[in-house]
Amino acid sequence: MPETSTQIESLAPPPELRRSPNIIGNAGLGYLTDKLTAFNEGKTPLWWWAAFCPAAFCAAFVLPGMLIYQISTGVGVWGNNKPVMWGWDIINFVWWVGVAHAGTLISAMLFLTRQHWRTAIGRAAEAMTVFSVMMAGLYPGIHVGRAWFDWFMFPIPTYEGMWPNFKSPLMWDVFAVNTYLMVSTLFWYMGLIPDLALLRDRAKTPVRKFLYGVFALGWTGSARHWHNYEKAYLVLSGLCTLLVFTVSSIVGMDFATSQIAGWHATIFPLYFVVGAVYCGFGMILVLLIPLRKLCHLEDIITMRHMDRICKLTLLSSLAIAYIYLMEYFIAWYSGDPYERWVFSHRLLGGTYWYGGWIMIVINVGMAQLLWFKKVRQNLKLVFVMALLINMGMWFERFTIIVGSLYQDFLPANWGFYKQTWVDVGTFVGTLGVFFTMYLLFIRFLPMVPVSEVKGITPQANPHHPLGGGKGAKS
Amino acid sequence: MSEKNYGIMAEFDTPGAVLEAAKKVRAEGYSRWDVFSPFPVHGLDKVMGLGNSYVGLFSLVFGGGAFLGTLGLIWYCNTFDYPLVVGGKPMFSMPMSFVPAYILLVLAAAIGAFVGMVALNQLPRHHHPLFNKKRFELVSRDKFYLVVGSADPKYSETETRKLLEELGGTHIEIVEDN
Repeated sequence: MPETSTQIESLAPPPELRRSPNIIGNAGLGYLTDKLTAFNEGKTPLWWWAAFCPAAFCAAFVLPGMLIYQISTGVGVWGNNKPVMWGWDIINFVWWVGVAHAGTLISAMLFLTRQHWRTAIGRAAEAMTVFSVMMAGLYPGIHVGRAWFDWFMFPIPTYEGMWPNFKSPLMWDVFAVNTYLMVSTLFWYMGLIPDLALLRDRAKTPVRKFLYGVFALGWTGSARHWHNYEKAYLVLSGLCTLLVFTVSSIVGMDFATSQIAGWHATIFPLYFVVGAVYCGFGMILVLLIPLRKLCHLEDIITMRHMDRICKLTLLSSLAIAYIYLMEYFIAWYSGDPYERWVFSHRLLGGTYWYGGWIMIVINVGMAQLLWFKKVRQNLKLVFVMALLINMGMWFERFTIIVGSLYQDFLPANWGFYKQTWVDVGTFVGTLGVFFTMYLLFIRFLPMVPVSEVKGITPQANPHHPLGGGKGAKS
Repeated sequence: MSEKNYGIMAEFDTPGAVLEAAKKVRAEGYSRWDVFSPFPVHGLDKVMGLGNSYVGLFSLVFGGGAFLGTLGLIWYCNTFDYPLVVGGKPMFSMPMSFVPAYILLVLAAAIGAFVGMVALNQLPRHHHPLFNKKRFELVSRDKFYLVVGSADPKYSETETRKLLEELGGTHIEIVEDN
């Protein structure tokens, strides 16, 4: 054996240290295309109907029923009362905004940092963002009580000559959530254009050809188009990254600018961003673990992807643990009796102690299991953990909102909060709408961005031997 | 029925091959030609001499306009048209106006990027001469096409076809413009 070849051999890391590729199997471009569009073009599987029917039932009947009842009767049908003016509606608003954030973080921030593995899950994450922001945006609109006056939130010239108060973070929220919805929808749609063109080119029926064709805007794949497209994609992901930090910060400011003990803290904007991202990673895992199996995408959304999302979940859990710790420390260090009361009652109080314990045990305690590779590789366990993380984060918002409001400075403001069936029904309805839209998305649009995934294969690299480049033969 | 020619197209199997071909076509002095691919081919924009995209400029103008516009709107609403005193705070100040202005900057800059992309690419269009070619449907799958337009001063049906053949292009076809 010649000297040189042994030298080259020794430079390569041993097999156990080698990174597994982003796409397993070294498949050709045509094969990848067929594989990634198979679910959109094939027969609708039974599991899809099994998931779609209950979700669509909630979307079509439960949510509209609850909304009609609540809007026609009044906010009194909810458990909201004095002093707990914010109940499940705002808890769910914050929860849904939170779910959205991990989607943007994956699709935009990991794009900016050139994490190629993100391509396979970017579209699925971005779709999650779009649909959950829609659900989040619903809540403030109905929480105001008289939903037919929602237009008061926008600076529209009227006969009254009144304008919104721009000094209020609640007003900023209106802009932030609407911006978030529009920007993430644009980002998602722009990413879809080349794949819509792909589905148009592959369409067998005139109806499909027409519909995909309309939304593909006449995309040809010209190098000039790609040139502008890539730039626009870069700009949009930069802007979306800003939104990851902005939207939940503003939601946090809704709380922090009030005087309520437990809310009046400068850490709140950061707190809400970190919590949002953490909760969103939980939701991504809940969606992707079953879907990669059911849609046969194990080679595209590989174990390495799951491992990395788990690690990011762990990282955000550590950040949230730090913030919980800081919150308790500042409550003690401030010497403020109201702060101390609120925080000690989160864990030791007789009324809502369970919320505080659920949030600490799940969000801080259980997430530490993700340090172990054995746990990260056990997707069934990770799925259960991800569901619990979503629940834990829901209880975090419950603890923050109800736990701080139910007893404040004056005995006149000592009360109790319990949700009603309308609260629960509305939440179940939004879950139904979310899953209905998500299931329709994976059925009719490629869940994995086909053109982007093809773009990261060696076959797509013009300088790689597999891509027809003149590099060394291998 | 004589139809005007749009150009001549050649098919390539790999991004490397089409990149090489693009280099040669440019060296031959052609100016009105384009490459079509299922994903952006790395290095192609340099070979084609596309320079910097103006999408960023659209984004800047839209975003900057929205930022200033929102500041103006807030000043008009809360200071000029209906002065609103809230907690003794100043009628107009940067800290309270910055957040909504910044949020709308993000919104408008994003719309700007999208509008810029669509406008610079002259989309949406529901027809393109290349869509008449059955073979061209593979462009979104795994094939790469180099098209030399008939508007090119150096365009010649025989010479250009010969060049594309030499470069390794297959399925060389005339694209009719109708």
